[in-house]
Amino acid sequence: MLELERINAFYGRAHILHDLSLSVSDGEVVALLGRNGAGKSTTMKSIMRLVAAQSGRITYAGQDITAMPPHKIAKLGVGYVPEERRIFTDLTILENLEVGRQPPRAGAPEWTPEKLFELFPNLQERRKNLGGAMSGGEQQMLTIARTLMGNPKFVLLDEPSEGLAPVIVEQVAFTIRELKKLGLTILLSEQNLHFAKLVADRAYIIERGAVQYDGTIEELENNEEVRKAYLSV
Amino acid sequence: MDFFVVQILTGLSNAAALFLVASGLSIIFGVTRVVNFSHGSFYMLGAFIGYSLMTVLPGFIGFWASILLAGVAVGVIGLIVEMGVLRPIYKSPELFQLVATFGVILVIQDLTLLIWGPDDLIGKRSPGFEGVVKIGDQLLPSYDLVLIFLSFLVLGGLWFLFNKTRVGILVRAATQDREMVGALGVNQSWLFSGVFFLGSALAGIGGAAQLPKGGADLLMDFNILAPVFVVVVIGGMGSIPGAFVAALIISELNVFGVQLLPQSTLVLMFVVMAVVLIFRPWGLFGRPETLGSHGSQGPPEAPLRAFSGRLWLALAAAAIALTAVPLFGGTFLQVLLADVIIACLFATSLHFILGLGGLVSFGHAATFGGGAYAAALLVQYAEAPMEMAMLFAPLAAGLLALVIGWFCVRLSGVYFAMLTLAFAQVVWSVAFQWGDVTGGDDGILGIWPSAWASGTTAYYYLVLTLGLGGIATLLFMAYTPFGYALRGGRDSALRSEAIGINVRLVQWSAFIFAGFMSGLAGALFVFAKGSIFPTELEIARSFDALIIVFLGGVQSLFGPLAGGVVFTLLQDWLSRFEYWRLFLGLMIIGIVILLPNGLVGVGQWVRNRLGAAPGKPEEEAA
Repeated sequence: MLELERINAFYGRAHILHDLSLSVSDGEVVALLGRNGAGKSTTMKSIMRLVAAQSGRITYAGQDITAMPPHKIAKLGVGYVPEERRIFTDLTILENLEVGRQPPRAGAPEWTPEKLFELFPNLQERRKNLGGAMSGGEQQMLTIARTLMGNPKFVLLDEPSEGLAPVIVEQVAFTIRELKKLGLTILLSEQNLHFAKLVADRAYIIERGAVQYDGTIEELENNEEVRKAYLSV
Repeated sequence: MDFFVVQILTGLSNAAALFLVASGLSIIFGVTRVVNFSHGSFYMLGAFIGYSLMTVLPGFIGFWASILLAGVAVGVIGLIVEMGVLRPIYKSPELFQLVATFGVILVIQDLTLLIWGPDDLIGKRSPGFEGVVKIGDQLLPSYDLVLIFLSFLVLGGLWFLFNKTRVGILVRAATQDREMVGALGVNQSWLFSGVFFLGSALAGIGGAAQLPKGGADLLMDFNILAPVFVVVVIGGMGSIPGAFVAALIISELNVFGVQLLPQSTLVLMFVVMAVVLIFRPWGLFGRPETLGSHGSQGPPEAPLRAFSGRLWLALAAAAIALTAVPLFGGTFLQVLLADVIIACLFATSLHFILGLGGLVSFGHAATFGGGAYAAALLVQYAEAPMEMAMLFAPLAAGLLALVIGWFCVRLSGVYFAMLTLAFAQVVWSVAFQWGDVTGGDDGILGIWPSAWASGTTAYYYLVLTLGLGGIATLLFMAYTPFGYALRGGRDSALRSEAIGINVRLVQWSAFIFAGFMSGLAGALFVFAKGSIFPTELEIARSFDALIIVFLGGVQSLFGPLAGGVVFTLLQDWLSRFEYWRLFLGLMIIGIVILLPNGLVGVGQWVRNRLGAAPGKPEEEAA
């Protein structure tokens, strides 16, 4: 469904991604593992073209999206949940959801605020509150909900468990599994192998902007050498 | 009591146009982060277009249809400006956008002159509201009530738009995080064009609606700009309620100020602004900005390199050539070169704060004209000799910069630009309004050099010595520890603060020093011309310096010199044409879009292409 071929990306003059390649198939949940600064977020951003890839090719559902502007990529059914959450703090929760709203898409679950409130009950009672007045956990729920309002087929989740209390992390994991059941394809970045184990089918480990390892979650679990080398367990 | 009610209502009605223009500016800024300096021109166009439409469309319906259509027409013009001028440069530094919109001002000025001619137009009365309303024993034009109603209508309409419609919600979201809105599938270009249309249309409606009160003239664009900037700074950029409240405060203050202290209205406006800025630098309804957080800063500047031996040789050759000019050049050439040197000094002093300090001043004429007026006033009233006047003029300009700078360095980026422009307008209005002392529009005449310097050649040498001395000092300062601190503050205010540099103090000192040098240029100017008029304090004069710096290339130390030479010669040539502003404006827009590194940048590009200077830092960055 998504394919990255030898992507090179820069921040200013700093070369972040070096010939990075990966692929995600339909219906899969794939984890992008790696330490801080390994290039996980940059990979996510270059898929969404918030960072432009200088060379290489990105295809989504058979279409070349390497040079497409972000809003067109979103229109193709790619949803992006940023690491920094980027809630619109001056807008209410309902208004935040409205910004994400897109027309229904064939072959993707169709979301309304009501359906999302079933998935994230704590948002319901605070629907008229400002986005800026929410806790970190609630903000994370809201970012995911906001992206789902675009009825995506494919979701990029950048570090969804970062900085959250264990109870909330479980709730996020539950949400991801629910989304998988609904047939969504998900690429998530993560520092924490335990969280990835809860939700992912496959994993890539990236370090210094390049893929160092890929395999199923079970394979990774049994490979202590790789885990010790690349993940801070 | 009735008197007060009528005064308050008059103030409210005066606030209408101000609010419409300021809210349009705020909306555009909120989403695009561009301060549209040509917003005053949209207001002026609204008045002229509305006037023409009213002559065609008669009656009550025709009047209001004209206002609405004028708004739509100006909205479309705004759209053209957005797509043609701003869209290519959204990613450029703020300065580029500001300069480009100034180009638009020039183009619109001349097009308006071309279409409607130079005469002031008197607006038609609004059908049905020609008369006056009696409130107790006081009279109030009934159209004033209409304007009050209109401003509340617009306020309500904007509230509805931004809170109850999808487009409004998207605009508010984009004001906070444009990129995220794009990543959620919203095409930002449509949003940008949409707010530009809306903001421009509001300015157009404001211009057309005030026709029965104020008519239409060619000075409307600059005249509205200073109060609008004041309103936006007081109210808080991007806040519509802020624009409303601030427009009210300013207008009421004006109305009551005229009653109590007729001469003080403009000063009062700035006193209020000063008080607000001291307590809330981000305005009443605005929010604090984080250091270096707004606008596109552009790629980091290449560090300045030490002067090479070849450069020293070239400079020495240029100095010798300039010294030798009187041996072969006639009077005309000497006078022209003196003008060039004065322009170069003026521009170099601006470049000192703009290029090295990153402070985009749009009011540099305040110190140039301030220095010139200080010299002229000393000669006029104290009968000071030229030598003394020339000594005190830069000091007076420095003092002026000290006061203006104290307020301005609290802000950065576009806020700094707006505030410097507003302060320069105060200085201008003092010179313009205080006729008893400054001669007002008639200026001060008969300011000639001392006998020993009165010959063309003698004065040329004086300008050469002082002008080049000033320029050399400014250039030298770039390489002193103070210059390093100034450049450090430009590149990263946070990191400079962290290593113990008081960025604000450094910027303030630089502002004062630049004002001093600009005042010296003003003093050289006034004795060269023998007279001084308020035009030397106008917005257009501030822009001359900006354009010179821009033309030469902001990132180059020698940019102002190259720009000064080219601009002075170009102006000398262009001003022979009737519609020279049109050409100049189009040229500025073209330069901003096509040659963002200015003349020096073009020179470097050519040299790099020819391979004369391999391995330069600029090359690696590319």
